[in-house]
Amino acid sequence: MNLFCVGLSHHTADVETRERFAGHAETDGILRGAGCTEALLLTTCNRVEVYAASEKRVSTDEIARCLVRNIENDRSEYAPPFYRYEDEKCVQHLFCVASGLDSMVVGESEILGQAKKAYESARKSGAAGPWLHRLFQRAFRVAKQVRTHTEITRGSVSVGSVAVDLAQRIFGQLSSCKVLVLGAGETSERTARALVSRGVTDLRVSNRSSDRAQELARLVGGRAVRFDEWPQQCREIDILITSTSSETPLLTPKMLAPMLRNRVDRPLFIIDIAVPRDVEPSVNEMHGVYLYDIDSLQSVAEQSLALRRQQITAAEAIITEHVADFGKSISDKLNCKAPSAERRALGETPLHTSEL
Amino acid sequence: MDRQLLIVSTLCFLAAIGRTIISLRAGIFRPGQFNFLAIGLGFIFQTAFLSIRGHALGRCPLTNLFEVFIFLAWSVALIYMLVGPAYRLSLMGAFTAPLVVLLQGFALIAPIDIRHPVKLPANPWLEFHASISLVAYGAFALACIAGVMYLVQERQLKTHQLHSIFSHLPPLTDLFAAITRLLWWGFALYTLGLASGFFVGQPLPYVQVVCAFGVWLLYAVILQGRHLRRLAPKHVAALCIVGFSAALALLWGITFTAQMQSLP
Repeated sequence: MNLFCVGLSHHTADVETRERFAGHAETDGILRGAGCTEALLLTTCNRVEVYAASEKRVSTDEIARCLVRNIENDRSEYAPPFYRYEDEKCVQHLFCVASGLDSMVVGESEILGQAKKAYESARKSGAAGPWLHRLFQRAFRVAKQVRTHTEITRGSVSVGSVAVDLAQRIFGQLSSCKVLVLGAGETSERTARALVSRGVTDLRVSNRSSDRAQELARLVGGRAVRFDEWPQQCREIDILITSTSSETPLLTPKMLAPMLRNRVDRPLFIIDIAVPRDVEPSVNEMHGVYLYDIDSLQSVAEQSLALRRQQITAAEAIITEHVADFGKSISDKLNCKAPSAERRALGETPLHTSEL
Repeated sequence: MDRQLLIVSTLCFLAAIGRTIISLRAGIFRPGQFNFLAIGLGFIFQTAFLSIRGHALGRCPLTNLFEVFIFLAWSVALIYMLVGPAYRLSLMGAFTAPLVVLLQGFALIAPIDIRHPVKLPANPWLEFHASISLVAYGAFALACIAGVMYLVQERQLKTHQLHSIFSHLPPLTDLFAAITRLLWWGFALYTLGLASGFFVGQPLPYVQVVCAFGVWLLYAVILQGRHLRRLAPKHVAALCIVGFSAALALLWGITFTAQMQSLP
């Protein structure tokens, strides 16, 4: 049996190329028609991959032809960006993909859910059989182990999630935190949504345009407050998200000092995502005030990514161990089940030769 | 026999430190159960040591500097066992274990286990005064550790350097709540210890009394400043470190003076 993976990802192809080969619902069936005994299509925004098992060799071109949306495309146009992994390399690649090592954002966990979904879909359609079942079940186990035993998923890597993580490092539980969103931009909306998803219930929105404030308040489940009221609101709130288009700073230490007078033991977390900035940087020097502008949030995200990259070696060690073990278990199964003649036949396949 | 128990106890605390160092080197610093179990085991051996020593002396084992240090280390572990899991501060174990090892290690190495030439008579008030004061010291020690953790976390958040080895520290507000509670516990116990000192039936050295009241006053000022919201949490955390250093210096002074006076 030949186990292989053919695909393209953000490493090898741009988004336009990936779109052309994104496959479709019936791809699994078509792949079986092309000669694959079992086939599974994994499609995400960053990759299009086919995992398959076949008795005879199925060429990369044949796989690509099954995937391509526009059948009139010339073969030479789509063949180059594809990579192909066979047997042990294929197993290793899938383990890396499922563990988030091959993702654009190293350690992201969305890929595991997408792989599970792809497997479930292939299983239901009957396209995935015992080979892919074993392979994917092991991949899910490996991904879980990598997440548990390394820090590959540690830290946040987007502005919104960094802001939420910081808020939790300051306040712990966010359910009792009061949040004011000043300026109803897209990033502040995303950040507000992230905070709501972590338990924030008291959310106020203030914007020069009251219509936009009301709209955002409705979207995130908060309440709109008049723009001229935001300085008063600052006395009550715990988290301020600001992203107005003001040319001059809205918040200075002089303005903030009287607001902080009665809240000496309550920290104030300010997320300034406006460019130019809404809050004077010197505000961060005030007691109990933690100011993060867009650059500092991005720098924290970068630190997280760097830390995740440091964990790649540890994750790879786990994967290598599992690849060897998986190969051995498959080999043992073949030796147990296959009659001697069949074993000899299997021994000639690349799968068995590579101890898979 | 009793010293061997103490050595085993110190090894348990060292295991907790070792585990933390290994975690740090691997880049993983998660509060786990191992530290809590290692400290728990160390605490059991400490208790066994104090029990054997107490039976041998026929009184609370607080007769020399060695015993005082061990009792203090026991108090620190005790308060940690009570406070750590309750306030989700299991990471505090990583900070507590080195302090205990320092206290016990010094007590084991330094020639301070000097037996009294004559058996000291039991004095329940004196024993109550000494033991309750030392448990209060344990609470102050933990408040000091929580203060260090608070300052580290605060510094990381202010400087935007969030991925150091201590990135799993508890949230600022949780730490501050723990500091406040530990200060109140410590202060209440210390007040009780101080008051019971007047019932020991012995003349009290003037300097020691003044110093003890000085420490009491310092903690009263910290708590009052906190209560009236005159002190920022950062200052409370810093003062916890100052307060415990002063308390430790006083403890040394009292025990050392008492030991000198008892020598023939």
